[in-house]
Amino acid sequence: MNTQSILGQLDPELVSRLVGNRRGLFASAAKSLGIFASAPLVLAAASTEVFAAGLPKQIVDTLNFALTLEHIEDAFYRSALEKDFIPKEHKEVFNIIGLHEAQHVKFLTGALGAAAVKRPEADFTAGGKYADVFSNFETFLTLSQTFEDLGVAAYKGQAGNLMENGDILTAALQIHSVEARHAAIVRRIGGKKAWDSAFDEPKTMDEVLAAAKPFLKA
Amino acid sequence: MQTHIDNSAMQEPRSRRTILKWSGATFATVALAGGLLPNFGISSALAADLGEGDVGILNYAYALEQLEAAFYTKVITSPYSDMPDAEKMALTDIRDHEVAHRDFLKKALAEKAIPDLEVDFSKVDFTKRESVLGTAKVFEDLGVSAYNGAGKLIKNPDYLLAAGKIVSVEARHAATIRDLLQPESVAFAGPDVIDKNGLDGAKPPAEVLKAAGPFIKTEVTANSIVGMN
Repeated sequence: MNTQSILGQLDPELVSRLVGNRRGLFASAAKSLGIFASAPLVLAAASTEVFAAGLPKQIVDTLNFALTLEHIEDAFYRSALEKDFIPKEHKEVFNIIGLHEAQHVKFLTGALGAAAVKRPEADFTAGGKYADVFSNFETFLTLSQTFEDLGVAAYKGQAGNLMENGDILTAALQIHSVEARHAAIVRRIGGKKAWDSAFDEPKTMDEVLAAAKPFLKA
Repeated sequence: MQTHIDNSAMQEPRSRRTILKWSGATFATVALAGGLLPNFGISSALAADLGEGDVGILNYAYALEQLEAAFYTKVITSPYSDMPDAEKMALTDIRDHEVAHRDFLKKALAEKAIPDLEVDFSKVDFTKRESVLGTAKVFEDLGVSAYNGAGKLIKNPDYLLAAGKIVSVEARHAATIRDLLQPESVAFAGPDVIDKNGLDGAKPPAEVLKAAGPFIKTEVTANSIVGMN
């Protein structure tokens, strides 16, 4: 994926408010490329690192955790939408959910630049447990709800780790509520209530990773 | 340079006092340089002030939850005539959630809580499904964007988590109300609320209070919230 084109597709206003301290950025890019690197090369490298540069490790780690989850969701809906098993009346809903997950991947990848984690290898059958995930709509719905509710709990659990950067915290909260909208509609399609109670509970990073692990190839 | 005027106090956001007059008929935002100008017209004895810091933000949330709780209480006590059972169940749950949110915040604020607000739903026709659900949609989307916008103003991580536990339930409400209005469509998270980066709304308090103003009779002031706009 070309990070520069990703940056180009982001809302310019958002880009400008996400870019924090650029000081030392070009110097560090030049250093890592060697002093003989040409100016255009230095600039290109700097632009891919523009967001992650200057972000504290805690924020980079938290955003990479979020990106991993978004990658899983993105791959899940991509795989599902390639097949032809989702009932026609629900197709539009899953198309837009899939679109949002792809947008979240793009957004977080752009924010992290060179520090962004790679897409993990997924196994949505969880070793055969959900063998019909992309042919049986009920199985698909079960996993969709699992991923969406998990995403809500994951972002909620990480909010405190992003407080140092108000703009990044706001963006994470803006993703968090989109995941909650997804969770609500998926539950309703499955004939369930859109909520469990008046308060949604958070999950820790360890809890979330344990829940996601069966869907990741070792 | 005799024309030079030191107006640094006017430009420094942290020294800015924002005064909001929030009532049914009028709304005004006046940014004042700290203490340089009189607090004209708004007496603290006559208005509910949200307070400063985290208390101010929690009172802001408490005001919105009061509004939502009052709205859904009325929706359930005087339901529109063609309200299907499934809809009544959903709206009753939502009422219970908003009441729980309101009571949670009131308890957290204790003696610092603003008084009970007087609401104004004269623009809502509670006998009509469209009017009720249309208003609910406005309140829920507004609630989501209010919490999203206020998160960065909160200092105590425990309060941020509490707000997080509420906001995703508001987003579930918003998606549900939108689904009731436009079933089997993208409306639950449509392009009118979600931007091209896949992000939901986030509004600063001043914008939210302005939108909520017509539904609230009590004069509410936010004299000390930094980041109002």
